Amino acid sequence: MASDAALIVAMYERMLVIRQFEEQAIALFERGHIRGNVHPCIGQEAVSVGVCANLRRDDYMTSTHRGHGNCLAKGADPKRMMAELLGRKTGYCKGKGGSMHIADFDGGNLGANGIVGGGFPIATGAGIGIQNRGTDQVVVCFFGDGAANQGTFHESLNLAALWKLPVLYVCENNQYALSTPLRESVGLPELSERARGYGIPGARVDGNDVLAVHAAAAEAVRRARAGEGPTLLDCLTYRFFGHFTGDKGHGITYRTKQEMEEWRNRCPIARLRRHLLGAAMATDAQLEKIETQAQALIAAAAQYGLDSPWPSPEEALEDVFA
Amino acid sequence: MPEMTFVDALRLTLEQEMQRDPSLMLIGEDIGRYGGIFGVTRGLLDQFGPKRVRSTPISESTIIGAALGAAMTGIRTVAELMYVDFTTCAMDQIVNQTAKMHYMSGGKLKVPLVIRTHEGGGRGNAAQHSQCLEAWFLHVPGLKVVLPSTPGDAKGLLTAAIRDDNPVLFIEHKLLYSTKGQVPEGEHVVPLGRAEIKRAGRDVTIVTISHTVLKALRAAARLAAEGIEAEVIDLRTLAPLDLGCVLDSVRRTNRVVIAHEACRRGGFGGELAAQIQEEAFDFLDAPIQRVGALDVPIPYSKPMEEYVIPDEEWIIAAAKRALGKK
Repeated sequence: MASDAALIVAMYERMLVIRQFEEQAIALFERGHIRGNVHPCIGQEAVSVGVCANLRRDDYMTSTHRGHGNCLAKGADPKRMMAELLGRKTGYCKGKGGSMHIADFDGGNLGANGIVGGGFPIATGAGIGIQNRGTDQVVVCFFGDGAANQGTFHESLNLAALWKLPVLYVCENNQYALSTPLRESVGLPELSERARGYGIPGARVDGNDVLAVHAAAAEAVRRARAGEGPTLLDCLTYRFFGHFTGDKGHGITYRTKQEMEEWRNRCPIARLRRHLLGAAMATDAQLEKIETQAQALIAAAAQYGLDSPWPSPEEALEDVFA
Repeated sequence: MPEMTFVDALRLTLEQEMQRDPSLMLIGEDIGRYGGIFGVTRGLLDQFGPKRVRSTPISESTIIGAALGAAMTGIRTVAELMYVDFTTCAMDQIVNQTAKMHYMSGGKLKVPLVIRTHEGGGRGNAAQHSQCLEAWFLHVPGLKVVLPSTPGDAKGLLTAAIRDDNPVLFIEHKLLYSTKGQVPEGEHVVPLGRAEIKRAGRDVTIVTISHTVLKALRAAARLAAEGIEAEVIDLRTLAPLDLGCVLDSVRRTNRVVIAHEACRRGGFGGELAAQIQEEAFDFLDAPIQRVGALDVPIPYSKPMEEYVIPDEEWIIAAAKRALGKK
């Protein structure tokens, strides 16, 4: 369990940045500045942050359609992310990718993905690359509980287990694949038990407890760096908002009000705040300062994006081939 | 220049490129000890070891996706899918991931990946092991599509494909593997996007690819005996397409046959015919003739399979139609 106050405060700060980013993205979407869809990860911040706090910049990550938190936790610049969401030339993908395709190769982010389960093989291949180069890098493959039922899950975990690839398969289990509850999609609700089928370690983790996530990921990263192979982590969490920005009543058509309220009361950020204060790792004033800074950071990111130039239309023809 | 089979030319190329680039990796089903379904990778496991010649479980999606992940992170990779029919199992990774990765990342991620596979009928492999699916991939921006017809081109084009920083679908034909031909020694690169006139002629242009090139050359020889000089163009790559070579020929012959083994409906012949008439309509003296398989799944039984797959008779008939002869 992480006991280093500086680390825990840093994780708190990162979780706040993610939440602020998502709130800002929703606001920009509602004001018509962001096209397509935004899939907010509000409520799930502890998973991204707890895992990525164990990573180095040269470690790799693959992400999902609900990937803003993953990207920010891995160290992406909110300015360039926001610019990408706004379709601007200064975005990570020069406006060609948008919310679902943010990639930051220099920061080890091999890309979010619009196809559910699309990232498993790519992460696995990045693990092969590491093994062939003989470095001690690792790969984190974030995925949702919905993706766990794609065939690529099985193919990739089997291959990674077979070849002892340095990959962490981290399920951000928010319990709903769009509207379909996990209990209606699997015969074995405990996803971590699938690990036994591949002969690798697996664990169910409280995904709203960033310290628990951090500890579980630390062991998985240690194993991976040591050449001992992959780990499956099933981090149980909940998205406060709907599947995407257009999801009626934050998903009230398939979730009960009571359930949503219960999970909002288990907010990972509020929980960590209580922990920091209770353990006297930070003062209220210190945390308020962090909160104000996170707000300012994201407000500036939004402004940077809005002030950034649009790509010229004919740039659509560039980057088809290297 | 030594003569060798298509299979040996491919194996030699992989060997040479693996020696040249010490990180180059092969990945696919049964490519290790077994040496690949047609023996293309035979001996390479012993020579380069299990990290560079990775024989996988039957997991087509992950073969392609893992090759992509490795390629994106700096390991140039040649992935093998045993039959082009099996690309269906890996379609998301080929179409949504591999083809678009460079573009979606705003040009940041590079994908030096070759997907080797083979296609075609003629061996009684029936409907799920005999298709010609190149047009599917031609339809996806971001993929290069290569179909060699000779051992020499197999070497030159595979070398170019491997050294390319983009995803290349390299489609062999199962009836070509045992064919023999001259293969240049040492460095031999055939740039992608350059067609070759395999036989010169002034009366009609036959544009074709892959194994159908052999049928077109036999057709041209027989047409010559009747006093018709057909020019046979081997496109070699469909993407990029050497339209210039085709148009030059059309402007000389004014008559065109496009021949491929894929089903006629939706085959690349339709696309090429459209491009030719857009660019050289005034040079055409007759409707462009298309030759392709009948639009049915490939049947197993020999008489039926032979009935649906085009042979040189079909090409000869099409050339005569283009010339207004019976």
